[in-house]
Amino acid sequence: MNRELTKKLATILKKRKLSKNFNIMEVCGTHTVEFFKSGVKELFPEGLRLIDGPGCPVCVTANSFLDRAITIAREYNATIATFGDMLKVPSSYSSLAKEKAKGMDVQIVYSPLDALTLAKENSSREVIFLSVGFETTAPSEALTILEAKKNNIKNFSLLSCNKLTPPAVEALINSGEVKIDGFILPGHVSTITGRAAWDFITKYNKPGIISGFEAHDLITGVIELLDMLESGENSVKNGYKIAVKEEGNKKAQEIIFSVFEKAPSEWRGIGMIPDSGLAIKEEFSFFDAEKKFPVTPPPVKEHAGCRCGDLLRGVITPPECPLFGKACVPENAIGPCMVSSEGPCSAYYKYWRK
Amino acid sequence: MCLAVPMTIERFEGNYAVASAKGVEVLVNYAMTPDLKIKDKVLVHAGFVIEKLDEDQAKEIEATWEEYYKATESQAG
Repeated sequence: MNRELTKKLATILKKRKLSKNFNIMEVCGTHTVEFFKSGVKELFPEGLRLIDGPGCPVCVTANSFLDRAITIAREYNATIATFGDMLKVPSSYSSLAKEKAKGMDVQIVYSPLDALTLAKENSSREVIFLSVGFETTAPSEALTILEAKKNNIKNFSLLSCNKLTPPAVEALINSGEVKIDGFILPGHVSTITGRAAWDFITKYNKPGIISGFEAHDLITGVIELLDMLESGENSVKNGYKIAVKEEGNKKAQEIIFSVFEKAPSEWRGIGMIPDSGLAIKEEFSFFDAEKKFPVTPPPVKEHAGCRCGDLLRGVITPPECPLFGKACVPENAIGPCMVSSEGPCSAYYKYWRK
Repeated sequence: MCLAVPMTIERFEGNYAVASAKGVEVLVNYAMTPDLKIKDKVLVHAGFVIEKLDEDQAKEIEATWEEYYKATESQAG
């Protein structure tokens, strides 16, 4: 969209008068950051409140997952390959960064295929990829397992913490804990799932719009959602048609479900949600690190005072956590929401001004 | 983590494609979008093409919002 039109639409949003107060939730962690970074949050009219949702995969990963990864790596002297965001996330008693400093072989990779290459090049070591992510990432991880099987790579496995976002959104709506009037829905997740995957929110009389990530996408997304809220239109619109189709990327969905199957998954702050996770199918169990390396991780311990859980349910904003910006800062984070570049605490810490 | 980067397909190399953005070229897996052609615009996430971008939609969207702006302005008087 040309800059001139973006500016004109920004003015429309800023000048808008609302007939009543509205709470809207942005589900995606990248949106959390972009609303701040682009300045679009500053354009919000009086009475419009943005609630951060559970859309940062690192943030919603429960301590138990990292506890298991660290225990496996210690007991089996395995290499951990991970996206960089996971490095400083605190587990119950440690973190991958702390373990690396003590000698654990922890490698940061850009793609799950890089982890597979690491395994090929180090055939005497077990390489475990920490598979953390939503629908956007899951097909890449499934394709990596298919590639490992095809090439008979025996020292590669994946510890799955893959999650599906629509069940988490439905769980939040059902909890009724926070009043949400409508949703800004994730762009890249929807590239895989399709627009239709979100239609369920209309059962609860909640409209939504899938949005892209540029300033003009966010501005038009909010304008269109406000139009729906004001007129009582209860539907899910696609504001990111350039990348999102009605039924999504069917090939990618087929790839996901050739390797994974739906399973219950634990979300930080929300708890166990049925069918919200992806477990590796039995026929690929050789690549399932949880089965390949049985361990008993230590009892899970939550960090005293950390309110990431409340934040991920939209109950509080980051500045309402007593640790925010004091004991918990990006360099020394207590909770994952301050560690991840997409975490709401990290975004508030960088961009929010009182 | 769900960040994806718009890129252009430059050429194919075996089962992979070379995609570029702002002068940077990367090797990408395109198993999720097997019908790609050279110069197609795509979204790349973690070394994989996750979708082909539909550029015609961008023009249509811009025209729709131009109309929206005009209608809103005329209502405001």
